[in-house]
Amino acid sequence: MVSNWAKKRDVWSLITLGIIVLYTFVLVLPLFTLLKASFTGGEEGKLSIEYFLKFFGKKYYYGALFNSLKVTIAVTIAAVVIATPLAYIMTTIKIKGKVYLQILILISSMAPPFLGAYSWILLMGRNGVITNFMSNIFHINTPDIYGFTGILVVLTLQLTPLVYMFLMGAFKSIDSSLLEAAESMGYTGIKKLVKVVMPLIVPTLLAGSLLVFMRALADFGTPMLIGEGYQTLPVLIFNEFISEMGGDDGFAAAISVIVIILALSIFLLQKYVSNRKSFSMSALRPIKEKQEKGLKNVLANLYVYGFLALAFLPQLYVVYTAFLKTSGRVFVKGYSLDSFKMAFSRVGDSIYNTFLLGIIAMIFVVIIAILIGYVTVRRRNAATNGLDIISMIPYIVPGSVLGIALLLTFNSKPILLSGTATILIISFVIRRLPYTIRSSAAMVHQISPSVEEASASLGASNMKTFIKITLPMMLPGVISGAILSWVTIISELSTSIILYTARTKTMTIAIYTEVIRGNYGIAAALSTMLMIITIISLLLFFKLTGKKEVAI
Amino acid sequence: MSISINFKNVIKKYNDITVIPGLSFAIKKGEFFTLLGPSGCGKTTLLRMVAGFNSIEGGEISFDDKVINDIAPQHRNIGMVFQNYAIFPHLTVKKNVAFGLSNRKLAKEEIEKRVSEILDVVQIKQFADRMPENLSGGQQQRVALARAVVIEPSVLLMDEPLSNLDAKLRVDMRNAIKEIQRKVGITTVYVTHDQEEAMAVSDRIAVMNLGTIQQIGTPQSIYQRPTNLFVASFIGRTNVIERDIRIDNGKCTLMLDGQHVVDIPNIIIQTASQNVRVKVSIRPEEFIIDTASSEGIEATVLDHIFLGLNNHYFAELVSGEKVEVIQESTIGDTINPGTKVRLRIKKEKINIFDYDSEVNLIEGVSHGF
Repeated sequence: MVSNWAKKRDVWSLITLGIIVLYTFVLVLPLFTLLKASFTGGEEGKLSIEYFLKFFGKKYYYGALFNSLKVTIAVTIAAVVIATPLAYIMTTIKIKGKVYLQILILISSMAPPFLGAYSWILLMGRNGVITNFMSNIFHINTPDIYGFTGILVVLTLQLTPLVYMFLMGAFKSIDSSLLEAAESMGYTGIKKLVKVVMPLIVPTLLAGSLLVFMRALADFGTPMLIGEGYQTLPVLIFNEFISEMGGDDGFAAAISVIVIILALSIFLLQKYVSNRKSFSMSALRPIKEKQEKGLKNVLANLYVYGFLALAFLPQLYVVYTAFLKTSGRVFVKGYSLDSFKMAFSRVGDSIYNTFLLGIIAMIFVVIIAILIGYVTVRRRNAATNGLDIISMIPYIVPGSVLGIALLLTFNSKPILLSGTATILIISFVIRRLPYTIRSSAAMVHQISPSVEEASASLGASNMKTFIKITLPMMLPGVISGAILSWVTIISELSTSIILYTARTKTMTIAIYTEVIRGNYGIAAALSTMLMIITIISLLLFFKLTGKKEVAI
Repeated sequence: MSISINFKNVIKKYNDITVIPGLSFAIKKGEFFTLLGPSGCGKTTLLRMVAGFNSIEGGEISFDDKVINDIAPQHRNIGMVFQNYAIFPHLTVKKNVAFGLSNRKLAKEEIEKRVSEILDVVQIKQFADRMPENLSGGQQQRVALARAVVIEPSVLLMDEPLSNLDAKLRVDMRNAIKEIQRKVGITTVYVTHDQEEAMAVSDRIAVMNLGTIQQIGTPQSIYQRPTNLFVASFIGRTNVIERDIRIDNGKCTLMLDGQHVVDIPNIIIQTASQNVRVKVSIRPEEFIIDTASSEGIEATVLDHIFLGLNNHYFAELVSGEKVEVIQESTIGDTINPGTKVRLRIKKEKINIFDYDSEVNLIEGVSHGF
């Protein structure tokens, strides 16, 4: 029933208005600035499509578009192909240590993306341990990890867990009676899988694929580290913008606009397809896992453990190298904590910055997400619908693009923010918000409106009802939202790499720059610390929520 | 401090769709008043307008003489019990009940005292420090009731409060609600779609359909003298058959079948014609079934159900209509399917409705508003 009472003007209208103004200022305005910048390039003050002509005129530029598409599509397909059996096995078959495997899979998805690239370079790179081992002992040349292959491997391993988590949710909502009904009608084995199970998870696969597509398209660190000559759009944008020979802001802006158009088309296409395929399910009796015997059991275990080994071992190797003795830039025999000491003395600031910026951003994310989640569910009107849409824009805007947009907008008076911690915090907040808003809106959905009406009928004002009743009921979700926001914020690279200065360097940037400079010891030590912070945060999350899964 | 509630031409619209086209009636001070009707009839909508959760698009609702249209729910001094109880899940029973009192800025000792008193009344004192999730449905319902009553509201509003309970608990709780309401003496508006529940608790019932009130009356009057055919068939069970009334010198005779006719002295018909088509509502217990007599409507028993207190018979009249008949069960044989019987009627109890308008034609029937 529509509650007209709730539609009346109250303090929430003011809050909605305030947040819209804020978004206009820090997101809509920068995107317009970006759009404007992309249409300059000709004579002063005139609109021109020169930059776009330049982009499509040279293979060097438009090649990046094809590279990006190739990588993104390949990663999306690979992630779906690997994640589907993984989730199906984990749902239907008893695997030893499943609870811990679940947690490990989640942790591997939360690790900073470029760490994967870095670890694969350490293993299979030109001077990698496996490369050297193979050529010294067996005189075999291992395949080249740089370029397309490397990006594909790293991003697939990184993003498969996302699809996996989506699918686990979907499998959980399939009632086992559906499968039993199928079996009773003669659909068993593969036939059951193809005719019954697959159609049921298609909407989820589409949603998961979209997320993977967006992440892969926007990822900057991985192609930058392991791509070498294989240039993708985010790398091209970065190079054009930060180029040592005087970057061209307008051209970077034009490429950014092209990326946004690409992302937006895919987003709308996915929406269109999934709207036609959507249905809702809920399981009274979820599918139960079974103990399999023989070859099937071995293969299932092998598949799960194999995936985890590939996803985790390279990163563990990074941790291992952090404890190696170093001499200058190279690792030598023996173990020591030198790398950690060096990390603290040389880039200790970055650790402090990570905590400071991360915590401040997290607080803003949580507060704004709670407010937006509340108004979009409880006060549905044109303004809150608009707010809902605006707040989702960062979902399709790659981090580096957002960085450029912010920098172009706030690099001059009256609002000079470039180089400040504020601009970094703003970027962290708006990039994380779409995810946290979704989960906070879901929490509000679970609270019956009559609980709030009961409070009002007992004389509590709207604000008091929110603070005393609604907010405490949202609290478990708020805490988990806060932890997840924190974890994603501290592993952020693509925006901060554009916005940081020496004073606002964070750990991810420090790792990145140390890797580029070849200080592998320091990079490994910092990576280890970042990983430990991430793992502790996630364990805290599991402990507090009692969940074994993460809603992205 | 009980109040009366007056509805003056009250209108409810959602966008352009009018769901309540204009209601006028009054609820008396201290009365237990029930809005009864099928789902979608507007009863909950109306209740929420009284509470302030739904806006009022036209007319006035007033508590005593004070129009409340523009007063926020917080300031209407109402107590409300919701269908899903709406207990605050993060507060103990005691804190749930004290919530409204603390909004009223009472002294701590006063709050303690009143909470403790009301927990006594609803008999959940032993659960005072429990969290709601550890309470049964019935206990949660008592918490909801205590929380609504403890603030001494001008009016108590209840929205299908028993619909989530199982059948036995529902009967216990409705007795408890009635008893508590009487003890506190508060004007109460109760919404339900369950007519038996409505009859059990109410002083007066308003039967609603499609946003309009069909009849307001005591449980007895709406059952025995429904104002129209809708009320007759919504409240209790009834058989409706179409027959003629012959008017001869102002004397009205109901032609039940070829041979069986009965005089109906208490009917008001304004017409010049000799025969008037009517709809006759005969409740199952208003038939008398007879295997021996030759007087009555000819019928054949089709089936029968033994329900302890009563025997339910399904019979087909000679004219082809199927009717339900209830007889108090007796020791000995029941009437077997296939048996030819005669059905007589308790003519002072039946109701006769105009064929087109379906309005009751029996003398002295009042719609009550």
